Amino acid sequence: MSSLLSIRDLHVRVSDREVLRGIDLEVATGEVHAIMGPNGSGKSSLSHVLAGKPGYEITAGTVTYLGRDLLALPAEERAREGLFLGFQYPVEIPGVNNTYLLRAALNAARRHRGQGEIDAYDFLEVVRAKARQMKMDESFLTRGVNEGFSGGEKKRNEILQMLVLEPKLAILDESDSGLDIDALKVVAEGINSLRSAERSLVLVTHYQRLLDHVQPDKVHVLAQGRILRSGGPELARELEQRGYDWLLETAA
Amino acid sequence: MSTQDQRLEDVLARGYQHGFVTDIESDTVPPGLDEETIRFISAKKKEPQFLLDWRLRALERWFTMKEPHWAKLRYKPIDYQAISYYSAPKNRTDGPKSLSEVDPKLLATYEKLGVPLHERARLAGVAVDAVFDSVSVATTFKDRLAAAGVVFCPFSEAVQSHPQLLEQYLGTVVPYGDNFFAALNSAAFTDGSFVYIPPGVRCPMELSTYFRINAAKTGQFERTLIIADKGSHVSYLEGCTAPMRDENQLHAAVVELIALDDAQIKYSTVQNWYPGDENGRGGIYNFVTKRGECRGRNSKISWTQVETGSAITWKYPSCVLRGENSVGEFYSVAVTNNHQQADTGTKMIHLGANTKSTIISKGISAGHAQNTYRGLVSVMPGASGARNFTQCDSLLIGAHCGAHTVPYIETRNPQAVVEHEASTSRIGEDQLFYCLQRGLSEEDAVNMIVSGFCRTVLKELPMEFAVEAQNLLAVSLEGAVG
Repeated sequence: MSSLLSIRDLHVRVSDREVLRGIDLEVATGEVHAIMGPNGSGKSSLSHVLAGKPGYEITAGTVTYLGRDLLALPAEERAREGLFLGFQYPVEIPGVNNTYLLRAALNAARRHRGQGEIDAYDFLEVVRAKARQMKMDESFLTRGVNEGFSGGEKKRNEILQMLVLEPKLAILDESDSGLDIDALKVVAEGINSLRSAERSLVLVTHYQRLLDHVQPDKVHVLAQGRILRSGGPELARELEQRGYDWLLETAA
Repeated sequence: MSTQDQRLEDVLARGYQHGFVTDIESDTVPPGLDEETIRFISAKKKEPQFLLDWRLRALERWFTMKEPHWAKLRYKPIDYQAISYYSAPKNRTDGPKSLSEVDPKLLATYEKLGVPLHERARLAGVAVDAVFDSVSVATTFKDRLAAAGVVFCPFSEAVQSHPQLLEQYLGTVVPYGDNFFAALNSAAFTDGSFVYIPPGVRCPMELSTYFRINAAKTGQFERTLIIADKGSHVSYLEGCTAPMRDENQLHAAVVELIALDDAQIKYSTVQNWYPGDENGRGGIYNFVTKRGECRGRNSKISWTQVETGSAITWKYPSCVLRGENSVGEFYSVAVTNNHQQADTGTKMIHLGANTKSTIISKGISAGHAQNTYRGLVSVMPGASGARNFTQCDSLLIGAHCGAHTVPYIETRNPQAVVEHEASTSRIGEDQLFYCLQRGLSEEDAVNMIVSGFCRTVLKELPMEFAVEAQNLLAVSLEGAVG
């Protein structure tokens, strides 16, 4: 399998604090990785840096995506190249129609790939089908982006967007947090439906429970800005039983 | 400053797209304002004695008044004696009878601005009374309007054709001594639009006027009077854009609306006058008095404005709710960028019982601009059951601009219900990043977020204007985030 994402010795600062202190990670095409860790371990920082969020200073290291220097690309270009971030806290954009944003997003990627834009009618068919899959009422499509959505609805909406955009690499930042059991299942099924040999997923999560539904190929424990341990799905189960403290103690 | 800020500032620095000057000889009086100037203007327009007398009373009052400085606006003093108060395109001793008689250069100017004259106007269902400098040069669709009994003509024409209506209504909503700029306008106005909708008539088309300022150092003093007689309806659109100039140009218009029993007036504005360059040089000074009176029962006046232009904006379209059950509305989007300053809002004066008013104001500031909402809701003792709802939202783009909200509420009736909501937010880095992460360009993202912010106002605009307004927001704010 070829490497889709390759992170080497990545060091990142926010203001005066070093949040990532030497990350190494290889994600091959088709793989599903889980990055677990306690709060404040640097999980969200890693997701943000990969997606190109402003405010992070990269002090050392490289990130290669599809053979290109990812860190040199502006955020929108990364997105058009198939990198998708499912946000932990999706923002509300009042007055902007949910479907309108999503169509603009899809068309931006299509133009980038030299494809024609999808027209509003065809798009509506696609997005309706995906909304049904996510068990979302059609009214969500015409509401403002995340406007007045509950926490769980926002998370579903993120997965809906992912389903429509069909990214090459999806980084899902705590897509399972704040979900009840039914919603968790729907989200997990959504994620599983996108699993394929051409697509890689990085699940960033605090808990094991999403991984009961989406089986990862590899599990990494991130703490204090470093990957302390990597392993298979059994590592996630071990963490669920023993917590993070024993790993932190070994590291210290 | 982050690189993102820098990129945004670069796009912000884009030039004004409508900057051009049409070279037409003007018949201009020497600068200065005195009784002689007023008599000259009045004579040029062959005005009846009552109008000349009214102008002279206004002038006399104006001489006793001081320019107001309570607004949050800073500008160099205006030399009122350095302004020429009359300028008319030449070669029109009789005035053009049709478009073919209109100077082709002038028509070309309108083309560039996208003014829907000719067939475009008819297809769009819009009648255009185009004001070029101080004299109206083309009026369309008069016949169709005339068939409905609607009078829609240049003000100077109404002086000849409907002097009795003018004498009855002129200055009854905005008296000549109302304020400094209204007095100046009352003395020196040169032209504008006049609309009369007879009882029970629903005006068969949107009415539209495009104002344009052209000759250098020529202040524009339009006067608009709209009378909706009992049970009539009218929707009036006003849009404008001006050529690039390095000197500040004064603009002091007065608009008066009168709605009698059961009448409705919807007045929409898209204002895109030259705002000055990115260093704050040049740009229009826009001091406008707009006021409507719901004189009759169950009448309604609705103001919708999208203000993106001018260096200085001083404008408070207001409603006097005199008739029982009358309704006043104010929907506003005010965008300021670079060094623009806007102090705008509304006044809702509740006099009659069960009167209702709604105020929705969306202020957007970018660059080094200052944007102030200033509003008054006043409920008088007779206005039992009056209700008001006010919502003022401000959006800040970048770190160097300002937004200010100055609401005044006075109620002298214990049964009145007045609600006020206000919010100030910054275009979130988070919102912007969210859109970028979905693959949108920064420009598209900002436009999307801003038009979302303004949606409740934009949907009040007539359809043909909604698209134009959306484009205008996009042009005014290109990339304006940081």
